[in-house]
Amino acid sequence: MCLAIPVLIKSIDGKEAEVEMGGITRQVSLFLTPEARVGDYALVHTGYTINILEEKEARETLRLLGEIAALDERQD
Amino acid sequence: MESRILLAHGSGGALAQELVAGSFIKAFNNPILAKMDDSAVINLGYNGRLAFTTDSYVVNPIFFRNGDIGKLAVCGTVNDLAMSGARPQYLSLAVIIEEGFPRSNLDRIVDSIRLAAEEAEVEIVTGDTKVVQRGSADKLFINTAGLGIVPENISISGGNARPGDRVILSGTIGDHGIAILSEREGISFSTGLESDCAPLGGLVADMLTASSNIHCLRDPTRGGLATILNEIARQSGVSIIINEEAVPVREEVLAACEMLGFDPLYIANEGKLVAIVAPEDADKTLGAMRENKYGDKAAIIGEVRAEHPGRVAMKTVLGTTRIVNMLAGDPLPRIC
Amino acid sequence: MNFVAGFRDPELAGGLISRIRSMSKTPVRLMEFCGGHTVTVFKYGLRQVLPGTVEMVSGPGCPVCVTANADLDKVIYLAGIPGVIIATFGDLIRVPGSRSSLQKAQAEGADIRIVYSTTDALKIAAGNPARPVVFLGIGFETTAPTIAASIREAEDRKIKNYSVLSLHKLSPPVIRAILASGEVKLHGLICPGHVSTIIGSHPWEFIARDYNIPCVISGFEPVDILQCVDMLVAQVEKDESKVEIAYRRGVRAEGNQVALKLMDQVFEPCPAYWRGMGEIAGSGLKLRKAYERFDAECIFDIKPGPVYEPAGCICGDVLRGVKTPLDCRLFRIQCTPESPVGPCMVSSEGTCSAYYLYGEDNIGE
Repeated sequence: MCLAIPVLIKSIDGKEAEVEMGGITRQVSLFLTPEARVGDYALVHTGYTINILEEKEARETLRLLGEIAALDERQD
Repeated sequence: MESRILLAHGSGGALAQELVAGSFIKAFNNPILAKMDDSAVINLGYNGRLAFTTDSYVVNPIFFRNGDIGKLAVCGTVNDLAMSGARPQYLSLAVIIEEGFPRSNLDRIVDSIRLAAEEAEVEIVTGDTKVVQRGSADKLFINTAGLGIVPENISISGGNARPGDRVILSGTIGDHGIAILSEREGISFSTGLESDCAPLGGLVADMLTASSNIHCLRDPTRGGLATILNEIARQSGVSIIINEEAVPVREEVLAACEMLGFDPLYIANEGKLVAIVAPEDADKTLGAMRENKYGDKAAIIGEVRAEHPGRVAMKTVLGTTRIVNMLAGDPLPRIC
Repeated sequence: MNFVAGFRDPELAGGLISRIRSMSKTPVRLMEFCGGHTVTVFKYGLRQVLPGTVEMVSGPGCPVCVTANADLDKVIYLAGIPGVIIATFGDLIRVPGSRSSLQKAQAEGADIRIVYSTTDALKIAAGNPARPVVFLGIGFETTAPTIAASIREAEDRKIKNYSVLSLHKLSPPVIRAILASGEVKLHGLICPGHVSTIIGSHPWEFIARDYNIPCVISGFEPVDILQCVDMLVAQVEKDESKVEIAYRRGVRAEGNQVALKLMDQVFEPCPAYWRGMGEIAGSGLKLRKAYERFDAECIFDIKPGPVYEPAGCICGDVLRGVKTPLDCRLFRIQCTPESPVGPCMVSSEGTCSAYYLYGEDNIGE
C-alpha cells in the first residue's frame, strides 16, 4: 500500500503530468507537489506525485554505499 | 448503418446459414468444413496417440496490440496440443455472440483466426454459432477443441521432470498480461508493449528434432511462470530452483509491474513455453529454440532438484533464496 | 538517472552485510513497521544474510490488515446498497469481514470497481452522475493526502455524487501504543519510508526521546533496508538513540508541507479501532464538518449488524509483533491466500501472506 515508484516528469499540463518509467508512460496528478518541473524525478503513489526525488542525494547515498562495498572487498 | 449480429443469426435459419457461409466457411475453406456435416469425419491415419484439448476464450478487451480473441483462440489451443509434443492438426470453433455485435468486428476476428490457423498449419473443420440476447454475453466468447497426433516415441508430461534437468524458458515473461492491462479502461498508462500471442507448434517441432530428452513442456498462461513451475514440481515430485537474473523480462513489463504492484512471475503469457530438458541436451535444445523466431530470447533459467519435492525457489539478484509459490487470488481477471 | 537499480545492487548489498556482521555484537530486535518493508525483506531473503544477533519482527504497517471487522462490515453494508458504486483499491476485495467480503458481495450483484487512484474514482463519479460513488479510503499518511486531494477536486469540479468512507489511520500513534504496552521489547525501529515522505522525521522523535529506541527511516529496496539495519546497529553499538533518515532521496525532515496542509484542511484526527489493539486515541482520520457532504458516514445510514471475529485467528498478535504466522494454528492449514481467515493473509503486504508466498525464514540453499 505504500508503493511509490520513481518516475521522470516528461510534460506538465496544469495540475497533471505525463511521467515515464522504464518505457511506460502514465498520467498523474501534481496536486501534492505544485513545485514540480519538467525533467524532475518524482515519487508516484496511487496516481499522485508525493515528492520530488533528490537526485544528488541518491547519487551521494550510492557513492557512500560504494565506499562501504569497496572497503569490504579490500578486506577479503 | 453498421451491420450487426441479430438473434436470428443464431437460430439456424436462412440468416444463420448466410452468416456461417459468408463469414466462417469462406474464410476457413477446407474440404472437411465445406461438407457442412454435423460432425467432421477425419482420417487421422496415424501411428501414435491422439492429443485432445478444449479451451474457452473470454478475454477482455477482444482486440489488443498484436492480437485479438480469435488469434488467441487458435494459438491457445494449438499451444496446448504442442505442449504434449503433438503436431496440432484440427480445431473446432464455437462462438457465442452477443446480439448487436458489429458484423465488421466478427469478420475481423474470423480473418485473424484464418491467419493464425494458416501459420499454425491447422484446419478449422467444424464449428457452431449461437447468438444470445444483448447483455447475456460480453461481445463474443469462443470455445475451441483441438486434435493432434503425438508420435510414438514422445513422452512429454508434467510428471516427467527429473533431478538434474534444466529449465528453459522460450522468451520474455509478462508481455501478454501487461499489454492487455494497458488496453483496459480505467488503467491509465500507455506502452508500446504488445501481446506475445503466438502459435508454438513450429518451435516445439524444432525442439523435438534437436532432442529426444525433453521431459516436460508447459505454456505459462494464467497464473504465469510461477504457477506452471509449481505444477510441474508437484506433479513430478521434485523441486525447481530458478535464477532471478536469468529470467528475461522486458523493461516495460518490469516498470508496469512496479507501478501496479504485480510480480512478472505471475503474469499471463500467450506465446511462451517452459521446457524441462535432460541436462545433456539443454544446450542443443536452447540452440534450436534461438533459431526460431518465437524462441530467440530463450534462456536456461534454472534446474530441477530432488530435495524439498513440490517446492519452487528462486535465487534473487542478491544471491539469497526465496520460495516462489503458486498464484494466490486473481490479480488480472479475463486475461485470456 | 535510475533510482532503482543501484539500490538492488548485489555488491552494495554485500558491503553492507559484511559491515553489519562485523559490527553487530549486541542482540537486537528490530521492527519493520511498514508492510512494504516486510515484503522486501522476504522477497530478497534478507533474514538469511543478517547475523544471528539481528532479529527482525514485523509490525502493524499494513492498512488493510489493521482494519477491524466492524469497519469491513461497514464497507460491505455500503456495497449492498442498491445503486451505489464502490470504488476501491484492489487490496480490499478479498478481505473477509464478519460475514462476507467485497468479492462475495460482487458475486451477489454489488457494483464494485477496482481503481489504482482516486482520480479514477472521480472519473467514475463524473461518468455516473445519477449514482453515488463511494471511495474506500484506506491507507496511512502516504495515501490520505491523495484522498484529501480527490475531495478538494470533487469540490472544485462540483461533483456531487462522490464520497469517501474514511478508514485512514496514522502511524506514530500506533507505534506509541505498541511501545507503551511493553509487550515486545524493541531495540530499533525501521521507520516507514513513504509515510515519512509526507510527515517528515520529527513525528518519530518521541520514540528516540521517550523510549531510547533508535529510529532510521528506510526506503523500500533491499539495499535501503540493509543500509537502515546498518545504521540502527551502529546506533545500538554506540548506545545512541536518535532519528536518522537513510532514505535521503525520498524524505526531507519537514516532509511534504503541501500534503500535510491538505490533510489538515480535509481531515481531523479521531479515535480509531485497530485490529488486535483496540481503540487508539487520535490514530484515525475523519472528514471535517466542512466536508461532511463528502463523508459516506454522514450521507448513508450504515447499519452493518453484529461483529464476529474468526476463531483461532491471531492476526492481532502478529500485527503487534508478539507472534509470527508460524505460531498460528490456522496458518497454511485453514488460512491460505485462496481461503483467508484473516486479513494478514489476504493483503499483499500482510505478514502472513509474505510468510506464505515467500517461505519461512532461513530456507537457505
